Amino acid sequence: MTFFKDTLVILISQVVFFIGGLIFFVKQLFKNYEIKDIKVQVIFSSTFALSLTLFLLIIFEIVGFLDSSSRFFHWRLSLISILVMVVAVIPYYIAFSLISNIRIVSSRYSTPLTIILWLGFFYCFWRIGDKFPLLSVNAQMFSIEQGVSRIGVIGVTVMAILSGFGAVNFPFTNMNYFIHPVTQNDVINTERKLLQTLDMIIAKKKRIALEKKNRQKQQNTTKNSFWGLISSVANKSSMSENIGQLRLEISGLEELARQLFLELTDMKNMQERQKWSSTWQGKYFNFLGLFFSFYCVWKILMCTINIVFDRVGKKDVVTRGIEIAIHWLGFQFDATFWSQHISFFLVGCIVVTSIRGLLITLTKFFYSISSSRSSNIIVLILAQLMGMYFCSSVLLLRMNMPAEYRVIITEVLSGLQFNFFHRWFDVIFLLSALSSIFLLFIIRKPLVMTENSASTSFDHNN
Amino acid sequence: MSLDKVRVVFLGDTGCGKSSLVNLIANNEVLANSWTTVGCQIEVKLHEYKEDTSHQKQFFIELFDVGGSISHKISRNIFYQQINGIVLVHDLTNRKSQDNLKNWLFEIINKDGKDVLKGTNASADDMDTEQFLGICQIPILVVGTKNDLIDEKQRKLSKNLAFAQELGAEEIYINSRELRSIQAGSTNAVKLQKFFDKVIERKYFTRDNSTFYDRQRKIAGLQSPLSESNRYFSPFTSPTIVDIDNNNNI
Repeated sequence: MTFFKDTLVILISQVVFFIGGLIFFVKQLFKNYEIKDIKVQVIFSSTFALSLTLFLLIIFEIVGFLDSSSRFFHWRLSLISILVMVVAVIPYYIAFSLISNIRIVSSRYSTPLTIILWLGFFYCFWRIGDKFPLLSVNAQMFSIEQGVSRIGVIGVTVMAILSGFGAVNFPFTNMNYFIHPVTQNDVINTERKLLQTLDMIIAKKKRIALEKKNRQKQQNTTKNSFWGLISSVANKSSMSENIGQLRLEISGLEELARQLFLELTDMKNMQERQKWSSTWQGKYFNFLGLFFSFYCVWKILMCTINIVFDRVGKKDVVTRGIEIAIHWLGFQFDATFWSQHISFFLVGCIVVTSIRGLLITLTKFFYSISSSRSSNIIVLILAQLMGMYFCSSVLLLRMNMPAEYRVIITEVLSGLQFNFFHRWFDVIFLLSALSSIFLLFIIRKPLVMTENSASTSFDHNN
Repeated sequence: MSLDKVRVVFLGDTGCGKSSLVNLIANNEVLANSWTTVGCQIEVKLHEYKEDTSHQKQFFIELFDVGGSISHKISRNIFYQQINGIVLVHDLTNRKSQDNLKNWLFEIINKDGKDVLKGTNASADDMDTEQFLGICQIPILVVGTKNDLIDEKQRKLSKNLAFAQELGAEEIYINSRELRSIQAGSTNAVKLQKFFDKVIERKYFTRDNSTFYDRQRKIAGLQSPLSESNRYFSPFTSPTIVDIDNNNNI
């Protein structure tokens, strides 16, 4: 009886998550596009719902809600369903959409071709696992661990890249230290330059249009006479030289106009940021940015130490924190009682922020690269990434929980070498954070230089 | 260069086909490679006003193809100066782009960041199209692109939901990859011709010779610095042109 009650609870929450995924899809992701294929919507929302069920089960594990055998059953069920989605269903639909988008292929061949593509994908997917020491020796051939480990590798890579970049980018975009002061004069100057360039482009294009018109007139009137033919040839060559020259100048001016426009956009964005930084929200984010920059530096150090000294943490954050609090700081409290609450809080925070962060990143990514033809395929790819991301974040979450709560994960995925995933995460995080710092400095340096030169040239003109 | 000019701006969501359309109209050729427009691409067309009549005169039409990326929204308003005509472009394969045309109109009306619709809680959704017609004395044309990629049923459906009907504007469907779309003599070409004539007429051949911004301020109830005797337009009257002579008689 309890099993049915528990199943009901899980089912209801899954329905809620599914509806949440649908709403997100319609209101945020597909805001500017018409939904032509409802299958895409369903796939996206069900992947979302299944991933959130995994998180829900972990939280239930910590809190002790529901019967432990039913938790175990649902855990296995959700893992298997996510596996099926990420390995079979979504890649099949991606292959199908790709093939139906290519117009050369007739619809008769689309299903066999899709199956071939999918088999190819599956083969590559399997081969990934052979390169890494993912499983312990006694794992079986076609078990959950095989699938989850491979998903885990890809998902952990995506996670580490995103966190590395995010940890570096957040202080960069939010701290007042990184704001270049932009005065209204700079903005007005750039606007004036842009408008002047546009006027010059218009004037040159008008000349081309007039010359073309004259050429046409001449062609019409001097077609017949012999002398007319010779003079028309001479005129044509000089005119086309003229037009060629004008076109070169115009393309140069157009490039300049584009650069000025981008500069103007940057300046206006910087002005907005300046205005925002003086509000309460801005100040709060500035403080957070400072905190994050320290966290980022600390994390980079820890990763380097872990890799260099080949160290793997055995204890999780919560237990270590409580130990420090009790032994060094002298707080006296009941460790077992508090560890449950603290780990619940911590895991909850991590889950919520990672879901929110991923959805925002997906939305930004989608807006920047999608067009009305490719929107379906891109959404399917994003659903795939999302499934892999959430699955592997569950794996990594194990590190943050005290030993008694890790039971469920370790039971189901007994064959996995979890330490490998943590090491892999550290490596990729380090690489991603360092390259983001490098990239951001390279992008910023020329911008600072052009702004300095713009302001000095203004002083000269004055 | 001594010809008079009018300025027409092309607005629409990113990826709708504005650059291909502008290239087709101005240069009569199909655009081979299209990249997303950064900032504004300008083309110039020589137009015969009232062709084949005794009043025939040449004008320059400046076609401003404004890039539709969301990230450039903050600095786009610099291109919306001295506009004499608006062409709203939407993608026939994507119905949302037609729904977004309202937002574009809203953006160009509020280009200075000032709320022209005083007293209303102005957002693009609350915008009443009659207010549009009253404030916006600028001729508007609605163009649906990618006509070759939809079938007849979708076309009929699209016509029924047309935004153009709400505005009282003309609408044409175009396939920018086909030169014949605006071949001289076709319906599309005739409508385009009429639209450009209307734009020129509105600018040069009416008694009320003020610019767009002045008309806007008049309608919103503010004094125009140019003329002393003003007639304040209510936003709810239909968009007819009212002749004012110096004695303030109609």
